[in-house]
Formats: sequence, C-alpha cells, structure tokens
Amino acid sequence: MLTIAGKTFRSRLFTGTGKFSSPEVMQEALLASGSEMVTVALRRVDLANPADDIMRVLDRDHFFFLPNTAGARNAAEAVRLAKLAQASGGGNWVKLEVTPDPRTLLPDPVETLIATEELVKAGFVVLPYMNADPILALRLQDAGAAAVMPLGSPIGTNQGVLTRFQVAIIIEQARVPVVVDAGIGAPSHAAEAMEMGADAVLVNTAIAVAGDPVRMAQAFAKAVEAGREAYEAGLGARRTEAEASSPQGGLDFLRE
Amino acid sequence: MITILCNGESRRLEREMSVEELLASLGLNPETVVVELDGRILSRPDYAVTKLTEGATLELIRFVGGG
Repeated sequence: MLTIAGKTFRSRLFTGTGKFSSPEVMQEALLASGSEMVTVALRRVDLANPADDIMRVLDRDHFFFLPNTAGARNAAEAVRLAKLAQASGGGNWVKLEVTPDPRTLLPDPVETLIATEELVKAGFVVLPYMNADPILALRLQDAGAAAVMPLGSPIGTNQGVLTRFQVAIIIEQARVPVVVDAGIGAPSHAAEAMEMGADAVLVNTAIAVAGDPVRMAQAFAKAVEAGREAYEAGLGARRTEAEASSPQGGLDFLRE
Repeated sequence: MITILCNGESRRLEREMSVEELLASLGLNPETVVVELDGRILSRPDYAVTKLTEGATLELIRFVGGG
C-alpha cells in the first residue's frame, strides 16, 4: 500500500480528469482505472453554461481529490489557486504546478520551491510537479513536500520516461513518495516507471485521448500493477555480455 | 440598479443583492462554486449575508477537468 501524508492508497495509478470527450466517458474510464486519486483544475465558471459541472459525475466518496494549480505562472498565482481550491471544498492537498512557458509547460524550479515553502507553512499537503532534477527533489522534500512528482517528459507529449536516468536517482534518494507525472503515453511507460521503483504514476492525456478511454484505463491499471510487482519481485541485473539461459555443459556429444 | 464586475464582465443588477441570491439568479449551485469578492475568498456561510454593492468585483470559480 502506498501512503502519502498519512493517507493510504491501494491503487498506484493516479488519473487526471482533463481532455475527456464527455463527463460520462471520463467517469467510466476513471472507474475502470481503479484509481483512488484524481486531479482537477480550477477555472472561472462559464456563465453561459452554469450546469457544466464536473462535480456531478465525480463522487467525492469514491475519489480523493487532488486539485492542481495548472495555469499558474509564478508562486503567487499558484498559492492563490491553492487557496481557492481549499475554499471550494477541495481539502488541503494540492498538486503544485508552476509553468511559466506555455510552449513547453516545464515547471519553474525556483517559483515551485517558493510556493512549496509557503503552502506547507499554510498547512497544505503539497505534491509539487517538478523537472526530473534530483537536487531539486531533495530541496522540495526538505521544504516539506509530501511527495515529489518528477516529469517523464513534457505534459501531454506521450513521450514516456525520457528522464529515466534522473528519475532513478530521485527514487534512490527520496524519503517521500515519488510519483512520475507527465508524458506517460502508453501502459509500457507506466510499467517502466513502476519497475524502476516509482511509488505511483499520474496519467491523464494517454487515457483521455485514447480511441477507447475505458479500455485504455484498464490497460494502464494492469501495467501499473505489473510494474510494481516486478519491482517488488526484484529485477535481474542488466548485463552488457550474453549469459546463456541453457546449460553450457553436456554438449560433448555434438563435438566428439 | 447597480453595476458589478463578474468574471471579467460588467453586469447590471436590479438591486443590491446577496452573493447567494446572485448565484441563484445565475443558476449556480453554491456548493460547487467558490467566490472571490474584491480579491478575498468568501467562506460559504457568508454567501447569504454578504451584499453586493456598486462596483463590486467578483470571481466565480469551480473545479474543471485537469491533469
């Protein structure tokens, strides 16, 4: 079981709620994923569509909410969004995202650290989205982050764990859970992160934009479980030279 | 008649009304909306007792899908 800030999760697959074709498809896919934690964003109400409300399909008794600060370009904006999320009844957990550059959506490390310090002081459980920088992961952990969320590749790119080398160092050093977030584009990517020892993965785009989001959610659930089981079972070491699987002896009769 | 700024748009109200009354007139469930009035977050119990006056700046925010 995964524990973050004293809360336990059976599923190590966290899911996002963006980009689905309809609230009903999202609801079915999230249920199929087995995920217990879902991310949500905050935006102005569209006054032309007052009934357009994601909450009507998300059962808060079933899903634990992790509001994000997506769209924030600096620490002050992120803190404002986190406080709005809390006032919306989103609880005191926050996925901290500070992404000043809309082209790359890469997180600003300095503003992320500043916002983490401020939000921890204000009593939030902070899960910062971060570049896969092992030094930054330690700094965020020391600042009181409840988990760290290094990116596999930029948000929405479906490129997989391009940061494998750095993520491995982060996992090795971390005292808080490591959730690989962003860029996980296929179940094999999720399994790879879990085999490396990540505590969980967060997937949104790959499920939401799949031809069949419900079946893709099931595929991710299996991959996350398989990857975790493989990690716990202990993978064999990688080698550079071949090592036969069949016995090398007992072949004299071929050569006599 | 008063004018307020609601989600960036100027809006005329027949009379001064509470935040709760405004949400009802917009067809919004107050349980799913968070309100920022002149830059300060209102707690939900205050919706009924907070009057909107001329020039008030209001942000109505809610959860949407996101990753």
